[in-house]
Amino acid sequence: MATEFAFPDSAAKAAGAEQDFAPEKMSLSMGPSHPSTHGVLRLQMELDGEILVKCDPVLGYLHRGDEKIAENMTYNQFVPYTDRLDYLAPLANNMAFAIAVERLAGLEVPARCQAIRVLTAEMARVSAHLMGLGAFGLDVGAWTVLVHSLNQREHLYKLFEELTGARFTTSYTRIGGVTRDVPEGWLGRVIEFCDRFEPALEETLALLTRNKIFQDRTVGVGIISKEDAIAYGLTGPNLRGSGVSLDLRKDKPYSGYEQYEFDVPIGSKGDCYDRYLCRGEEMRQSVRIIRQVIAKFPRGDWYAKDARKIFAPPKDKILTSMEELINNFMIVTEGPQIPAGEVYFEAENPKGALGFYIVSKGGGVPWRLKIRSPSFCNLSILPKVCAGTMISDVVTLLGSLDFVMGECDR
Amino acid sequence: MSASVDAISAIKAKFSQITDRPSRDCPAVDVPNADIVTVLRTLRDEGGFDLLSDLTAIDWAEGASPRFTAVYHLYSTVSHAAIRVATPCIGEDSAPTVPSVVTLWPAANWHEREAFDMFGIKFETHPDLRRILMWDGYPYHPLRKEFPLAGIETALPDLEVAEETKAKVIAAPMMGGPFVASAGEMNLTEAEPRAKDESWNERSAKPDA
Repeated sequence: MATEFAFPDSAAKAAGAEQDFAPEKMSLSMGPSHPSTHGVLRLQMELDGEILVKCDPVLGYLHRGDEKIAENMTYNQFVPYTDRLDYLAPLANNMAFAIAVERLAGLEVPARCQAIRVLTAEMARVSAHLMGLGAFGLDVGAWTVLVHSLNQREHLYKLFEELTGARFTTSYTRIGGVTRDVPEGWLGRVIEFCDRFEPALEETLALLTRNKIFQDRTVGVGIISKEDAIAYGLTGPNLRGSGVSLDLRKDKPYSGYEQYEFDVPIGSKGDCYDRYLCRGEEMRQSVRIIRQVIAKFPRGDWYAKDARKIFAPPKDKILTSMEELINNFMIVTEGPQIPAGEVYFEAENPKGALGFYIVSKGGGVPWRLKIRSPSFCNLSILPKVCAGTMISDVVTLLGSLDFVMGECDR
Repeated sequence: MSASVDAISAIKAKFSQITDRPSRDCPAVDVPNADIVTVLRTLRDEGGFDLLSDLTAIDWAEGASPRFTAVYHLYSTVSHAAIRVATPCIGEDSAPTVPSVVTLWPAANWHEREAFDMFGIKFETHPDLRRILMWDGYPYHPLRKEFPLAGIETALPDLEVAEETKAKVIAAPMMGGPFVASAGEMNLTEAEPRAKDESWNERSAKPDA
């Protein structure tokens, strides 16, 4: 590892050799509104025929200033903003943010709350990977996959709606718990979904895995070596596709992940096909986790009852007791009371490690909240991988990196 | 966790100028600005911290010393240890500097560009220190504490369009939200979430505009 990374640009500039480009090179701007850039990514490319010479991603078209906003509101008020980071897996983002703040407060939530969070995060992972898979198929010309995967995702969204009241922007967690317990009979319906989903998933994956056209488009394309993947800070299926076994659910278990048995799939070559296989297998493993969570679903509280200054009391108590009313008022106006200090927490989200670095000076508002978004880090390898590839492979590569611009630009 | 503690004691034995940093999760150290690259290289090559999870900065508000702190989060893909390294930025408030670590981790490239964009921190020897989230030519660093939440009116990035349309990027109207709570010691009425600048809104223009 005793290597220094040289950047061709700076080396050329230092040598005074300003590169002037041969007239036949073409500069092409792809995006920000382009179907294969999955949102508003813009690629400023330089082409030699069909070969990419240089690729410079231009970000920021979806920048909302979430970190600035976070500094100006209470922790619970920020939960809806986390929905809009990786908007394909809002439940997983909610959970990551809640755990980060709870770590700062030194608060441990009850086992039932942890189980609910793991369950919803794994359902969110399945839903995010389904969308990723469908969009990837679409990018390489396999239209049917999208129809199949959106069909399954719809069933998941119905379950989300029943649990949280919203299909998409769930805002399900609060600091110290979740907004509501699971509804009557809901767990049974999740199991029913799993029973239907497992054969449907195999059917969907069978459309691609041994598909000659799909393999021609993806095998050996966009290879990311193990060393590069680590050096560029890739996480999630993109890192595992390159053969690095790093899954924070296994390596630094949070929210009770250590109780569940699951395997971490890793790729061998690090090409687009490996990343696709990893995502497919991760969905199978997620269903495995969902079944285990439901099988030993703990009884008890679904929020931290002893966290008086953090989690608002239940509604019936607020309406009948003066003290609880005052407590509720304080939590709503001043925010959950979090001690001074700093914490960095990363959760294994569908796209990779979603990290929250929170610096608190005490009180209900963070002093600084940094969102380490996996899509941002995963995209940073693009200039490196794109150089020298065909322009049609860029589309495949973007699909296989499976990024979300809402999270990348924040 | 023990792997991180071992790594911290090893690095502290090697560099006497490193001090412990109060932390609630992983072990953390403060490193003087001049030694940051050497310390991080040692951590990478000898401590096994091969993954740069995150690189960011904190603004401690005007008048604080140091005003800006750069924070690095390192992770080891082998021992699964994590540590935090922080260093103060030196120089004027308008251009605080810290050495770049792009040559150690290419991952730092975009992170440093983001910190430059948001705080105006100059990462020395960075090969390509451009804005990344805001557009080129944007005059402010929005995550600095003195920058208002509503934003500041600026010219459109495309000057031709701006000339044609006479339009500019206007600040966000704060009437009706976002409802902003305030940190720190104050009475309940002041801490209550409310729109802070109610002197203008969508219907009545900003007084000096």
